[in-house]
Amino acid sequence: MREQRGIFQHIDWWVAILFLVLVILGWINIYAAVYDENHSSILDMDARYGKQMIWILASLLLAMVILLIDGKFFSQFAYLFYGICILLLIAVIFSGREISGSKSWFQVGGIALQPAEFAKIGAALAVAKYLGNLDVDIGKTRTLLTLAGILLLPMILVILQHDAGSAIVFVSLIFVFYRAGMSDKLMLLLVAIPLLAVLALGMNKYILLVVMFVSGTVYFLSTRRKIKTLLTIIAIFIASVVYVFSVDYGVNKFLEPHQRTRINVLFGKDIDLKGAGYNVNQSLIAIGSGGFWGKGFLQGTQTKYNFVPEQSTDFIFCTVGEEWGFQGSFLVIALFVTLFFRIIFLAERQRSKFSRLYGYGVASILFLHFAINIGMTLGLVPVIGIPLPFFSYGGSSLWAFTILLFIFIRQDSYRYELL
Amino acid sequence: MKLVNSNRKIIILGLFVLIGLVFIIRLFTIQIIADRYVLSANNNVLRYITQWPARGLIYDRFGKLLVYNEAAYDLMVTPRQVKTLDTTELCQLIGIEKEDFIERMKKARNYSPYRASLFEAQISRENYGYLEEKIYKFPGFFVQPHPLRKYSFPIAAHTLGYIGEVGPEFILKNTYYRSGDYIGISGIEKSYEELLRGKKGLKIRVVDVFNRDKGSFQNGKYDTTSFSGTDLYSSLDADLQAYGELLMSGKKGSIVAIEPSTGEILCMISSPSYDPNLLVGRARKMNYLKLSEDSVLVPLFNRALMAMYPPGSTFKLVDALVGQQEGVLFPDTRYGCPGGFSLGNGKMVSCHNHWSPLDLRQSIQFSCNTYYCRVFRSIIDKKSFSTTREGFEVWRKHVMSMGFGKKLGVDIPGELNGNIPSSNYYDRYHGKNRWTSMAIISLGIGQGEIGITPVQLANLAALIANRGSYLTPHVIRAIGQKKHLNENYQQNKVSDIDPHYFDIVVAGMHDVVEAGTAASAKIDSIPFCGKTGTAQNPHGKNHSIFVAFAPMNNPKIAISVVVENSGYGATWAAPIASLMIEKYIKRVVKRKDLEQNMINGILLTKSKVVDQ
Repeated sequence: MREQRGIFQHIDWWVAILFLVLVILGWINIYAAVYDENHSSILDMDARYGKQMIWILASLLLAMVILLIDGKFFSQFAYLFYGICILLLIAVIFSGREISGSKSWFQVGGIALQPAEFAKIGAALAVAKYLGNLDVDIGKTRTLLTLAGILLLPMILVILQHDAGSAIVFVSLIFVFYRAGMSDKLMLLLVAIPLLAVLALGMNKYILLVVMFVSGTVYFLSTRRKIKTLLTIIAIFIASVVYVFSVDYGVNKFLEPHQRTRINVLFGKDIDLKGAGYNVNQSLIAIGSGGFWGKGFLQGTQTKYNFVPEQSTDFIFCTVGEEWGFQGSFLVIALFVTLFFRIIFLAERQRSKFSRLYGYGVASILFLHFAINIGMTLGLVPVIGIPLPFFSYGGSSLWAFTILLFIFIRQDSYRYELL
Repeated sequence: MKLVNSNRKIIILGLFVLIGLVFIIRLFTIQIIADRYVLSANNNVLRYITQWPARGLIYDRFGKLLVYNEAAYDLMVTPRQVKTLDTTELCQLIGIEKEDFIERMKKARNYSPYRASLFEAQISRENYGYLEEKIYKFPGFFVQPHPLRKYSFPIAAHTLGYIGEVGPEFILKNTYYRSGDYIGISGIEKSYEELLRGKKGLKIRVVDVFNRDKGSFQNGKYDTTSFSGTDLYSSLDADLQAYGELLMSGKKGSIVAIEPSTGEILCMISSPSYDPNLLVGRARKMNYLKLSEDSVLVPLFNRALMAMYPPGSTFKLVDALVGQQEGVLFPDTRYGCPGGFSLGNGKMVSCHNHWSPLDLRQSIQFSCNTYYCRVFRSIIDKKSFSTTREGFEVWRKHVMSMGFGKKLGVDIPGELNGNIPSSNYYDRYHGKNRWTSMAIISLGIGQGEIGITPVQLANLAALIANRGSYLTPHVIRAIGQKKHLNENYQQNKVSDIDPHYFDIVVAGMHDVVEAGTAASAKIDSIPFCGKTGTAQNPHGKNHSIFVAFAPMNNPKIAISVVVENSGYGATWAAPIASLMIEKYIKRVVKRKDLEQNMINGILLTKSKVVDQ
């Protein structure tokens, strides 16, 4: 008993309460999203909000269990978790169930489980474990290749399940590498590659190249004008030219048709409001029509009359925007950003490198979901089907985020036990 | 190293804040600045259902229904609800080809898979009967009532007018109308549009993404009810109108009859005419095109209000009145007629055979040209006028006070002013003040630049019948259930001519019918007054014109008849007017031979366009 009380004493209530608030807000909005006057009890187990309540209760149970586990357990068995996740990802390719085009679900009784959600935890643990090792020098190419391998393995398996959205999430762990000391240049390169691709798709390529050429020249003139610098800049510029012109080819060659359309929709090249642009347009209408105060709980017409597709899962933020307006949306965004800040704050105070880097991993994964999901509903990011943490309907994702977060809370409370 | 790490922490936190801020700015722009999303959201869920009121009915002066609404039906389709069906059967029911079916389904689907669009417009009541029994076989299709305007008799097309879909330019000007609404385009339908149309109602319903009805919007707070159009009671006598159209068959011209005591138009015939039911429903466009392309008969042209004719000798009545009023003409004024009036340059205005000299009353009876050239000169060149111009202006003022040269204000659109030229016109033509009464002498006998419409001519008959005053001619005598009277048409308009000057003119007009130029038109049982006119014109044979009112005492009907290019006034116009008078007063025409002669008188070749 003494030990248990100790655990609850030392957990960070800030994070725990933010978690609870987000989960409950999510539940209320799922209720609004699938609300039907004939089945209006929020406890109706046939409806999604009833089910979500069960997932929430189960996730609280999971959280409790995690808090009771020994603090060393997760760092010790990090690779094992990772390994199990990889095995599950392989298994699901062969024996999984296909739901809306993605073969990424295990059917366990009445519950559909998605290993990809849990693989994010495995990857975060493995990265933290590997970089937490004091012998590892992130400046070495071998280390970087290993890290790339840790990320690419689950990513490839997830892509094989036709779930590109989930694969992108693993990339977020690059922030962990960065915090662990990866060089600025490499980080810059890793940021520049996708950024350049976006610019190449979104704006006139020639203008882009002119801008790059001018900025390169200005940069060179501002330095000591060594030949070596000049050669580097020229090399970078040539590489950029090749890259910029191959982006379109890459998009056409490697992306699936629906992904290509989503990108075209985002950049306004395809405004088929009845086809691919429908979701985003209806999502914007829902959020935009919320105004400052919102239409009120259960009053959202876009939500209530099913104009927004996937409104309890990927497009749950529409319900927030429509029914709670600017004020409610602002609150939700503020809650998320506060949560991220708190996690980073906690991570920085960790004594063990594993815990610290794992904390960064948690923040990075949650942040990327947040950025892509809300960005998508606001028409700022192409439609990528990943959930909004704690909000979106679904057992797998809620449980995975809960486990992800509570492992960190447990690590944080474990600090005291190390004294 | 520590410093680097804390920098990196700040960079990562900065990124979190940056993305958060981007979202908040985006939310601010779409939720607070832009208002189009609110509109789109309303477009998504709100369905505005217009409730069209029944258009007002139109009756004739004896309560006969002239214009009414007949139930017709539009077949609508909601493509998403269409299941597999027997296409052939549906095509047969509404009489279309399978290709049409495919084409229309495609069009409807392009408009919206969830919203109903028009599939087949205006299905007749008979076809609707068959369709209604079978409609259950065609899910996704439903029938929506859409009344059609119907005309009980194939008469009075120009007066009643027609309705059609409102044009896009008009919608911009008048916010009441929406695309697809009907509006009066001509005749009574146009001039009384606001009364006839009633008031549309609007119901706002809420629908879900599948267009399923989810109830009324805010409990019907913004719904409005529709009000039926107002019924109109016209002054037309349907029997007289039909009879007039029969008499005018095969002729170009016009008949206008007015009740002198009220100004109510009893009939208004413009020939050639058309069946108003041609301009109804689906066939309207095609028929309209045919009618409007007929450049020979010009059936859409309302001659009664829009054709200008020289009045010919009928205008001598006006001169007789003006001359007396100006004190230059008296009942015993006699002018000799040597077979014409010499213009002094070797030319002359010729006259026909009659004894000479004639006094005023006889001058009307025998319609002497010389007499009226002299009367006209005596007015213009009266000693008290210092110039020709002054005399002419006085003459013109008197003429215009009798309703000429300007619109009378008939309650049907399109009326023309007619033309009584001004002195400025002659100044331009001859040079300022370089013209004399001799130069414009033809005005005295109703020729020259003068132009009058048939309704103005009928109004002259009414004015003489009333001894100097008239009420603006109108076709609607009462509005709505309370039979409210339009005040505009109750005000007596008084001419410049003193009433006692009319007696001798009336007596002369009586002689015209008894033993004068129109003796052939005499009705034994009805003493009436008339005046013939034979108008020279540049379009061919003379126009045959007649004005009359009857009975002579306490007149019930004043009438003008114009039969274009048919010869003397006494040949066609006078007998037709006489038959019309008999028909109106006695309700039965006994002179069957005369009637048959008039009906059978085909004076124009058939339209080339129609023959094709």
